[in-house]
This record gives sequence, structure tokens and C-alpha cells, in this order.
Amino acid sequence: MVMKKVSDLRVLKLMANTIRQDIVRMLYEAKSGHSAGSIGLADIFAALYFNILKHDPQNPQWAERDRLILSNGHVCPVLYSSLANAGYFDKKELMTLRKLGSHLQGHPHLGTVAGIENSSGPLGQGFSFAVGMALVAKNERKRWRVYAVLGDGEHNEGQVWEAMMLATKYKLGNLTVIVDRNNIQIDGYTEDVLPLEPFADKYRAFGWNVIEVDGHNLKKVIDACEMSKAVFDRPTVIIAHTIPGKCVPFMEHLFEWHGKPPSKEQAELAIAELENQRKVIEEEG
Amino acid sequence: MTDSKTDMKLIPDLLAPTESKPSRDGFGKALVELGEKDPNVWVLTADVSESTRTHWFAEKFPKRFVQIGVAEQNLAGVAAGIAACGKTSFISAYGVFSPGRNWDQIRVSVCYNNLPVKVHASHTGLTVGEDGASHQALEDIALMRSLPNMIVLAPSDAEETRKATLAAAAHPGPVYIRTAREKAPVFTTKDTPFEIGKANVYRDGKDVAIFACGISVYESLKAAAALKSEGIDAAVIDCHTIKPIDRATIVKYAKKCGLLVSVEEHQIDGGLGSAIAEVLCSEQPCLLYRHGVYNRFCESGPGLALLAKYELDAAGIAKHVRLAMKLKK
Repeated sequence: MVMKKVSDLRVLKLMANTIRQDIVRMLYEAKSGHSAGSIGLADIFAALYFNILKHDPQNPQWAERDRLILSNGHVCPVLYSSLANAGYFDKKELMTLRKLGSHLQGHPHLGTVAGIENSSGPLGQGFSFAVGMALVAKNERKRWRVYAVLGDGEHNEGQVWEAMMLATKYKLGNLTVIVDRNNIQIDGYTEDVLPLEPFADKYRAFGWNVIEVDGHNLKKVIDACEMSKAVFDRPTVIIAHTIPGKCVPFMEHLFEWHGKPPSKEQAELAIAELENQRKVIEEEG
Repeated sequence: MTDSKTDMKLIPDLLAPTESKPSRDGFGKALVELGEKDPNVWVLTADVSESTRTHWFAEKFPKRFVQIGVAEQNLAGVAAGIAACGKTSFISAYGVFSPGRNWDQIRVSVCYNNLPVKVHASHTGLTVGEDGASHQALEDIALMRSLPNMIVLAPSDAEETRKATLAAAAHPGPVYIRTAREKAPVFTTKDTPFEIGKANVYRDGKDVAIFACGISVYESLKAAAALKSEGIDAAVIDCHTIKPIDRATIVKYAKKCGLLVSVEEHQIDGGLGSAIAEVLCSEQPCLLYRHGVYNRFCESGPGLALLAKYELDAAGIAKHVRLAMKLKK
């Protein structure tokens, strides 16, 4: 059965909180992995898997499903948690992340886990992959859309700009790219490592429909995706301004948290903080 | 050359071929055949549609043809996305650029996903000619052979390339097909067998077995005819599939001749010769003389003149087989 869209923002906020808690636990168990980006994307993934995407967790290969291509594969804990919470596989599996024999590889692998559309890891590749899928959908007049999630630092890769040009050439109105504009990458802040600004103008100059949103505002993320569906003659990029590590105060904004897991004490601190936030959301009523 | 002929349905007189064509023509022809048969075949190129012969497909099936522009990384990635939607996609460019510039995309988007993307390289080897060393793909077999899930084909003439292309489309996973720019004799026929992984023995012999691929196969046949008059009885094997390599035929000729010579328009390290050495060292230790380009960049010049200078024409191959024979004594 096609997954029912959740429109109650409170329920979506609770789901984002659940995803954040899953990520903290997964990364602590795994003893390695990428914390800040994964946690910072929790709101966008809650919106995608519980509202925006047309999909069926009981039938992952459903031909008419929307395709979600994760290009910056290192943030896969957020994808794995979203898939498990949507019902693609048992949540118990989440704690096997990165371990020997696990289905949950350190970077996503097509075919190992239900719901995953592409293997990723080397940056930039998911963008081209998404463009290929959108070309087929457009050529065959399919009703499904292609969504691709990219990191901002990923835009250092030349392949991203190659794919960006081609998507405009073929007027891929069925493609929505969501960029996690969290301003960090491994070695530092994006504007120190290799400046991206004026980032939105670059997409505009390449012929894209550009929407900028607060990536933690669920309503605005959902609205932006809806707006992208109304533009038929060119692809849309949603530049989602996010805070890396959002909702885990000691991680927020710090590039040092790009590629490391929490210690036992840090994980406990993060879970306690997230539990407090959960109570606040529940009390909002 | 009738003395040691095998039943491979080659042209009647091997030394007098009536047709000469570049192997890329066979590729372009097969794409059109495939396009007519199967609406799920897509073709993509990187600003080289005419020289890769993909323009024939483009003219007939414009909706399933994607002009990517000079962007080989995107070429491989977009093809993988198309293949993930249940299509068979062919990507086509010069070997130095694809797989030269997009190995990582072929590794992860194509091979790790195990999708039916067929990577076609034209303009491989020395015979690219005048464009010079930067454009002479002499390392591509090594690059592609190391990838899990990849099949590596280097057919010997235009007709065999046509069959290799059809076979590549029928194979469910990734395939690499290597072709050349220069015209070369068409010496196989539509009745010559072609099966991925099964080498074709075109000439039997007892003293030495020449394993060749690509345009070196025909040159090796000419070399073997010349050597016969000197009393050297050389077998010639068309090893069109480099991965998976035909272990049984290699072992058979190692036992029979006790000396193998590999010939390829490729660096001697990492290509056909290396693949043969890997079989021999574990299954049938035997002398192997690897002939090809000896760890160097070459130069500009007419394709055939380069083959002569770098001793990959019939005379050069015969010279190296004689040198190899000395190892045996």
C-alpha cells in the first residue's frame, strides 16, 4: 500500500526526533561514522519519507514510486533510520551499522537494503544518477519524480556541475535537488575550504529554479517540494539552510563533528537532550 | 594459410581480405540493430557521436540518445541512472577519456551497483595515430580488468565487434568494449562463432601459441603465415574476452606448445599478457613472452607506421615470436 502522507507537523517533528535518537545510538554503536550531517538532515528526511515521497515500504520496487537518490552517502544513518521507521526493515538492524555481516554498509549499497536506490560514497555521483533517472521518466512520461539529496561541500566536485548543466539542457522539471547547506565539510567551513558563494546565484546562472528554505522548518521544506512540482520546464534546487548537528547542542555548527561518532558520555548527553525536546514537542499538543 | 586452418568460418583467403573497416563501425551497426529490436536500449556519448559511430543510432532513435557534452564523469553516472530504470545503456567515447577519466564513476555507479551499462571505447591503442600519446589509450584494459562485475572485450575486427556488442547487450551486467579508429581487414564472417569468455582458435600450431586481441589478431595471423616458411609452427588465438579469460584454452596451448606469446596494442603490464600470466602461474606453469607497448608513451604518426615502428605489425610480431622461440631452447 502506498504510504499515507503525514501532514500533522507535530507527528513529523516527533519522527525527526526519533531519527535523531536513532542516529546517535547507531553511530555510538558503530564507533565510527558521520554525525553532524546525518543529524542535521533529520527534519528533511522526516519530511521526505513521511510526507513528500510517494512510496510503498511493503513494495520497495513499486514501479510508480518517487525515487530518492542520496548523493552524499556518508550521511546514510539518516536514510537508514528513515527507511526503518517507514517500515522497510526491522529497526533492530539499525544497531548493526558498519559491522561485519550487516546489511547497513558504511556507505549505501544498492541491493543490500530495501528502499535504497543507489550506491554512493564518492561525491557527485548521485547527481548524475538522478539526472539519468529523470531523463527516463521524462522520456516515458512517467508520473514519478526524482529527488536527490546532496551536501554543499559535495559541490567541490566537477561532476556536480556537469550534471547541473545537463539537467537544464533536457528541461528536467521532474527533478528536485535538495542541497544540505550546512556550511561544513571535513577540513573546515565550506567558505574556507573552497568558497561556494554566491551559491544560489550559481544555480540560477545554470538555469535552475532556486528555492531557499530553513531546512529545519518542516512546513517550509514540504511547501518547497510542492512548489518544485509546479515548474515543468526546468529542474528545481532547494537550498536547505541547516545547522550541522542540529538539536544536539554540543555538536551544532562544528565542522569537527563532520566525521566522528559520539563517545558513551556524549551519546548519553545527546539522548537526554533529545528526550527533553521530545517532551516539549509532545506538550505542544 | 590453409595448412593449419581451423573451422572458424573465416574468409576464404585470409591473406586477401576484400573489406577493410574500423572496428568502431561494427559497434555502430550493432547499436542500430539493437535499437530496432529493443526499445529499452539507450545510447549516450560525450561530444564524439560521429567518431564513435553512435550518430547512426542517434539518427534513428533520437529520443533514446543522450548527448552529454564533454563530460565523461557525468556520462557514466547518467548512464547508470538510466540503467537503474530497467534500461540497457551504452556509453561511448575515446578510450583515454572513458574509461580514462571516469574510472571512479564506472567503479561505483556502474560496477558496485552492478547495472547493465556497456562502456564502449573507440580510438584505443596506437593506431589513433596523429593525435599522439595523450590520445593513445594503452592502459584501458588494465583499468577495466581490475573491476568486479566487469566483462572486458577487445574484438578483432568490425564483424566480431558487431557480435561482441550484441553479446554485451544480452549480458545482464557491466561490459567494456574496446575498439579502434583505423581501418583494418574484416577477416571473420557472420558465421564465425562468438561467445563471451570463449577464445577463438584461428590457426592451430605446435611450436608456439600466439594469444592476441583487437587488431593484433589479424597481424598475428599474417606473422604466423610468414613464420611457417621458416619452420615455426605457430597457433593463433583470438582472445577477444580478456575478462573472464578462457583458462581452458590457455592451459591447453601451454601444454601443447610449452610457449605462449601475448600480443596486444596496450601496455604489457596489466593487459591481456598479464591476464594470461595469472592463469599460467597457478594452473600450468609455462614460458610466456608478453609483447605490446613496453611501459612507455609513444608519439604522433600514421597509425600503420606506428604499428610498424613499435613492432606490432605482422613483421614486428614475427620478430618477437622468433625472440620468444629462443627462450624455449
